[in-house]
Formats: sequence, structure tokens, C-alpha cells
Amino acid sequence: MTDAPMIETMEIARPPRNQWLDVWDQFRSHRGALLGAAFFAVILAAVFLGPLIWQIDPTYIDIRARNQGPSLAHPFGTDQLGRDTLARMLAGGQVSLAVGLTAMGLSLVLGTLIGVLAGYFRRLDGALMRLTDLFLALPLLPLLLVIIMLFRDALRSAFGPEGGIFVLIVFVIGITSWMQTARIVRGDVLALKEQEFVLAARSIGTPSRRMITRHILPNVLSPIMVSATLGIASAIITESALSFLGLGFPSDFPTWGRLLFDSTDYLQQYPERVIWPGLAISLTVLSVNYMGDGLRDALDPRIRGR
Amino acid sequence: MSETAMSDRSPRPLVEIRDLRMHFPIHAGVLRRRVGAVRAVDGVSFDIHEGETLGLVGESGCGKSTCGRAILRLYDITSGSIRIEGDEIGTLGQDALRPRRPRMQMVFQDPQASLNPRMTVARIIGEPLDEHTTLSRAEKRDRIYELMDAVGLNRNFANRYPHQFSGGQRQRIGIARALALNPKFIVCDEPIAALDVSIQAQVVNLLEDLQDRFGLTYLFISHDLSMVRHIADRVAVMYLGRVVELAPRDSLYGAPLHPYTQALLSAVPEPDPDLEASRRHIILKGDVPSPANPPEGCNFCTRCPQAMPICHRIDPEMREPRPGHFAACHLHDPDHIPTAGSTAANDQPQQGE
Repeated sequence: MTDAPMIETMEIARPPRNQWLDVWDQFRSHRGALLGAAFFAVILAAVFLGPLIWQIDPTYIDIRARNQGPSLAHPFGTDQLGRDTLARMLAGGQVSLAVGLTAMGLSLVLGTLIGVLAGYFRRLDGALMRLTDLFLALPLLPLLLVIIMLFRDALRSAFGPEGGIFVLIVFVIGITSWMQTARIVRGDVLALKEQEFVLAARSIGTPSRRMITRHILPNVLSPIMVSATLGIASAIITESALSFLGLGFPSDFPTWGRLLFDSTDYLQQYPERVIWPGLAISLTVLSVNYMGDGLRDALDPRIRGR
Repeated sequence: MSETAMSDRSPRPLVEIRDLRMHFPIHAGVLRRRVGAVRAVDGVSFDIHEGETLGLVGESGCGKSTCGRAILRLYDITSGSIRIEGDEIGTLGQDALRPRRPRMQMVFQDPQASLNPRMTVARIIGEPLDEHTTLSRAEKRDRIYELMDAVGLNRNFANRYPHQFSGGQRQRIGIARALALNPKFIVCDEPIAALDVSIQAQVVNLLEDLQDRFGLTYLFISHDLSMVRHIADRVAVMYLGRVVELAPRDSLYGAPLHPYTQALLSAVPEPDPDLEASRRHIILKGDVPSPANPPEGCNFCTRCPQAMPICHRIDPEMREPRPGHFAACHLHDPDHIPTAGSTAANDQPQQGE
């Protein structure tokens, strides 16, 4: 029954509990998410702390030790110039992860912003969605080529050769991959806007900016999470494609994508060289996916506590 | 409400609605040109006196909910005047409305949809306090607990989420939120339509109880005629965006003047089987015309069992055939009283019981 007085538990009413504790409790109970988080932490630690232990220079060329299989001296083997693959994997991981995470963050912020604005404010809808269509219709590769050709030298002189390319690549990937997020978010916002709780907030007098942060954003979190986790993977891949075309980082500068493309030439002779970077990319993406899955569940009170 | 004395002419109306219109444009064609409008609310006028409950009834799609929402300015109204405590709010912008929001609040139809699933009960009830007051955290918490007590919710539920409650409890949360800022006027938009019958009574009793305690004024929108008879002091009947009859409760239920009201009331089941068997039901034929293209003349003329030629030409004005009892129908216009033996005589139902 609705208002039957609850059994005599008239303890002193507890003050509202911090919501993030609930979120953490739920996240902990999601085994896949926990495994994913642990694995991601291991990858991060290996990539950023590993070079302190494995001190071989990834660019050191030992031509007599080229094309070796796994051994104690070179656990992952060496490449066609005799460079140590493990060292290159660790160094490449730093760049790939940094590019993946920041480019994903940028495209997420951009996509969410445009999606929410287009869905919530009717007047902006047409203009912003046509802009999205425009970006979707643009042939991406030529666009990337033009952007990189135009801005590479300016950025290189401003941030140094590697820093400049990093900024450029993150920016380029960010502004060419926000459209899916924007469309999904806009659709969800359009549906949410008609919900009665938004009407209730309006009858209270909640202004638009707080309406968005309090009622709209938390409820479109799930699709944002999903596109975020998928975004990391595609950012890593796009970066490698750019490097492959000679537009990304310099060819002796290792990234996972670069390693992958370099080894495809030797796919028949030395298949393990493709496997290492491929495995690293897939496992990273998988662990991030599981983390996103767990986080999405943990942030939804309807699923929480089930 | 037990007192019906205050029904007629209280000192001054708290809410005055004059010729309220809410038209939703229809866009069509390649260029999305405006080709017409859905006249959801088309010239509604009434007063609500302080402390009374005005019931607003009508079939689904007649514009009841739109009317309630337009009065609270959840929509930008097409035209008309809305005065609350003499304060014109019909033309104000949303920013100017904001400081006036605490006076008027709303209880929504679907208690599931009207609560944000990602907010705890404490945050939902506290949202109006966040927006309009500068209470400290502890004061806010005390006020939230006070409100939860007022609507009969256990204080221990403050940390829970809406999906963990039953429909009746959710509606109580919605009511507590509406009460948070001490409003004078609450629009109840079918607050019981989505609830079980047993829970309906609880919620209605709660609403009545709160009205007595806080001196609230309700606009009670419903399609449940017997519930409106129970709670309302006066009743307005809407059909296709217009008020066709407005009268004190007993007068309306005892002797309805408008043919539409008569038809509506004849559809309410009678508990006594003997009476039920002998009762005449008025079955309306046809469908409600589209509010985008209402008929010429009286809106009800296409389905009215007593329609006269004039009904198809001239829109009837609101008249007061009995003191305090208004109806918009040519049958009650002294100039057009139907002559004996006209078409109306056949289907003329008994007035009164």
C-alpha cells in the first residue's frame, strides 16, 4: 500500500548520501567494468612507466639484429632495421593513447554541445543540423590533407615538430568525428524535451542553462558514453591512417598505428609484428568499452542496485 | 470540499482568464509554410476564486490539459489575458515570469514521466527551493522533510529514486514539489488518471486535505466526472477548445443546460440498477471535429441532438440562464428558444433527476 506507515524504523532521518558513492558501489559490482578498468590501468602504467624499466631507445638501429623473433634480449622481437619492438610499442602507446583520449574528448564535447543546442533550441536546430550534414557529406580524407598541408608548418614552429603534429592530429580527428554524437544526442534531447519532468522544471522556472545541465545532460549520458568508447578506437585508427599517408607523425616516430602499417609489408614472413600493435589497440578499445559500459550502468539509477 | 457556500461570488477572483487562445501552427509542404492552426484552446474565459476548486472536464483532446498549461504559461499563448491576483502574466516573457512562478504550480498527469529518473526524491522536491530561495543546506533539508511529512512520505525515502516508488507515492512526490514554494494556485492536470482506483481516492483526499491546510486554489482537470463532482466547487465543461458550460457543481450535475453536458452526464453509470435501467442515455453520434478545422457556428452543432438551423451559422455566446450558471447554447437564448414540436422535442432528455 502506498501510505501505510513503514514499519517502525523512525530512526533519525539520514542526511542525503553522496550520489557518487552509489555510483562507485554499482561500478564495483560490474565485473567486466572492473576488469576493463584494471586492464586499462595496466596499459597506462606500462606505456607511461614502462620505458623507465625497459630502457632501450626505440629509435636505436642495430642492423645486425634485424628481423629477429622473440627472445630474452628482445621479448617482442625486432623490426627490419633492428629496432626493439617492445620499446617501440611502449613509446608508440604513449602517443596513440594520448591522441585517442584527447581527440575523443574533443569530438565528444563538440558533438554533445552541438547536439544539445540543436535539440533544445528550436531556432538553432536547422542551422546546426545542416552544418552537421555538411561535415558528414565532406570527403574526409581530402579535407584532412588540405588542413594538414595548410597548418602543419605553422603549428610545427609554434609547438615543435612532434607537439605541433600532435595538436594538429587531435584537432583534425576531433572536428571530423563529432557528427555521429551530435545526431544521436540531438535525437535524444528532442524526445527528452517533451517529457513531463522538463515541463515540470519549466513550471518551476528553471532557466535553460540549468535545465540542460540538470535534466537533459544526465539523461543523454548513455549514448554519449557509447560513442565515447567507440570514439577512442576510431581515433587511434584514424591517426594510424594519417601516419600511413605520411601526413601524421614523422615515419621514424613510433605509434601503434604506424607500427601496424609498417609491419603489413612483412605480414607473411613475420606475422607476430602485426599482432603486437593490433592486440594493443583491440585490448585498449575493449577495456575502454567495458569501462564505459559499467559507467553507464552505474550512472543510471534505474539499473543501479539490481 | 465540504463547503459549497463559497462557490458563487467570493470577494475577488484569484485567477481571471479572458478569451484565452492557444493555437498550434501546422506547417506543411516543401517550404514548411504555415497552412493552418490547431485551435487547442479557442477563446476560453473563466474566473477561479480564492480557495475554491474549479473542475475542468471534457473528453480527451478537447484542450483541457493545454488550457491548464497555457494558464501557467508553459506555452506562449496566442492571445488572451491571464491575471493571477490581478497581475497580468499572459504577455510576459519567461524571464519576467520566473519570479512569479512560485505563486502558481502544477501537478502532472503521469507521475512516472514527471519526475526526472536520475534525481533523488530529495533533489526533486528541493529543485524549486534551489531555484527560488537562498536557504542553507540544512534549512533546505528540513523544508524537504517537512514537505515529505505533509504529503505522507516516509523521510527515509529521501535518498531513493523515482523508479523505486509506486504510482501513488510518485504522485505524492510531485505534489510535494508543487507545494515547496507555498503556491496559492495549483493546476492539477489529471493527477489521478494514471493511478489505481484505490490510490485515486488517497491522492484526492490528500489534495483536499492540503487545500484545507494551506488555503490552496485548484484548477482540477479531469475526465472523471464523479471525481470532479467529489472535489470541485464549480465545474467548467470544455468541448473542442471552448468552455460550453460553467456552473456550480450541484447546479451542473443536477440540471445541466448544454446538450453536450447532458450527454456527458448521461454516460456516468448509475449505481442503482433499477434507475440505471430506466435512465435515458444520450449517445452522441460521429466524431469530434478536428480542432484544426472547427465547424462553422456552434462547435457542437455537428453532433448535437438538438441542433437548430441557427446553430450552424452563429456561434452561441456565453449566457447566464440561471444565476451563476453559464452556458453557451442557442437553446437558452431568449431570441432563439425552440418552438414546441421542433426537432428538439424528440430527444429532449429530462433535466434533473
